[in-house]
Amino acid sequence: MVEIPVLAVRLRSVVALAGLYPLLAGVDLDVGPGQILAVKGPNGAGKTSLLRVMAGLLPVAAGEATVLGLEPTAQARELRRQVGLLGHRNGLYDDLSAEDNVRFCVRAARLPKTAVPVALDRLGLTERLRRLPVGKLSAGQRRRVALACLVARQPRLWLLDEPHAGLDADHRQLLDNLLREAVAEGATVVLATHEASVTALLADRVVTMSGGTVLDGTTGLDDGPVPDDAPVVDDGPGPEREGITSVA
Amino acid sequence: MWRDAVLVAGKDLAVERRSRVALNQVVPYALVVLLLFGFAFDQDRPLLLQAAPGLFWLAVLFSGLLAVQRSFAIEASDGAVDGLRLSGLEPAGIFVGKAAAVGLQLLVVEVLLTGGVVVLFHTRLEGAGLLITSALLSTAGVAGAGVAYGALSMGLRVRETLLPLLLAPVLAPVVLAATEAWRSALGLSSADGWRWSGLLGCFAAVYLAGGVLSFGALMEET
Repeated sequence: MVEIPVLAVRLRSVVALAGLYPLLAGVDLDVGPGQILAVKGPNGAGKTSLLRVMAGLLPVAAGEATVLGLEPTAQARELRRQVGLLGHRNGLYDDLSAEDNVRFCVRAARLPKTAVPVALDRLGLTERLRRLPVGKLSAGQRRRVALACLVARQPRLWLLDEPHAGLDADHRQLLDNLLREAVAEGATVVLATHEASVTALLADRVVTMSGGTVLDGTTGLDDGPVPDDAPVVDDGPGPEREGITSVA
Repeated sequence: MWRDAVLVAGKDLAVERRSRVALNQVVPYALVVLLLFGFAFDQDRPLLLQAAPGLFWLAVLFSGLLAVQRSFAIEASDGAVDGLRLSGLEPAGIFVGKAAAVGLQLLVVEVLLTGGVVVLFHTRLEGAGLLITSALLSTAGVAGAGVAYGALSMGLRVRETLLPLLLAPVLAPVVLAATEAWRSALGLSSADGWRWSGLLGCFAAVYLAGGVLSFGALMEET
């Protein structure tokens, strides 16, 4: 029997480093299962690093972290199979077609081939588009191909970094619907965004990052939607904790 | 692991089939290198004949560097390496797949370069068994070490210049042993070419085993 964790993500005083520079300087954050959490904050606040820690791509240097019941550093490979990450870059192969890219994702995840056309259809990628090399597609179309990979993989935790960037209004709506469907099927979504409309319309909860910390990470789990006028703090240095200091 | 290796090799070869970088750039580059060697030694035909195996393997080494750089450039260009790490594929499978793809491309280059050596240097091909065996083992060594060092340098800003600096000394013994094996096969040396071929087998085994064991850790450093 599979044990369902009480929290999809639980971070306590989590520190992540790039060399000696603290990317995350003591993050406390809870994300409930089935929640859509929006992470706001100025550039350089640590939003991308937070997503990469949750994906098991950036090691936790100090603190406690549990994601989907797994420890992201020690159990990174098990965790990564259950996580879908869409970063600033799409992670596609320019010379391969959209269909080939999604097929590679599906085969790597050991999923049935039937997931490929379903995902491409879901993202509105027509027969003509799916056969073109990805390098010849527009930014928005490439974003949709990358999203098709996530849809095909059906991760338990979706980690999205500015997922609406480059999408037109129709496809922004499509993405919102996809995320709501994923949550309805039991997935959890964490997305980093600057866009007020996203946080207002889509997110169950909004937290703000600044200087490598989450300002309000462990409160409001059951408070419902948070107004979009939550304060955004200037991007200053993170709090110094246990000898970790900024060296930039 | 083997299933993942086939998947990754198929993907890398599909990328090359579509982009034709190996065919349109690496192969002509290798032939130009061979031609330049021919110009450099043109005044001394006997020396050119003697040096032909070494020049051939130097051209293969240079082509191998390009093929390895290309193999990792496609992973780095749009952040695809994160997708690989999140894919659930076995790191050992990724290593074997990428090494197989690089190795296959190198074998094509070697076949064409062999034709170039015959035409440009008037080398007579003899000892086909030893030539082919040592070529296969050398290619495995170059591809294995190349992919391991390619992963090591992938996350670095200076990877384009650092990779040749790291890889050339590691592959020097392979080039030396392959040259001696080919000299023996072509009747240019009285040494036992099969002993050199055995040494090549040892290098290939060490580099491939090292890559299989270390590739997961190397990918984490990117």
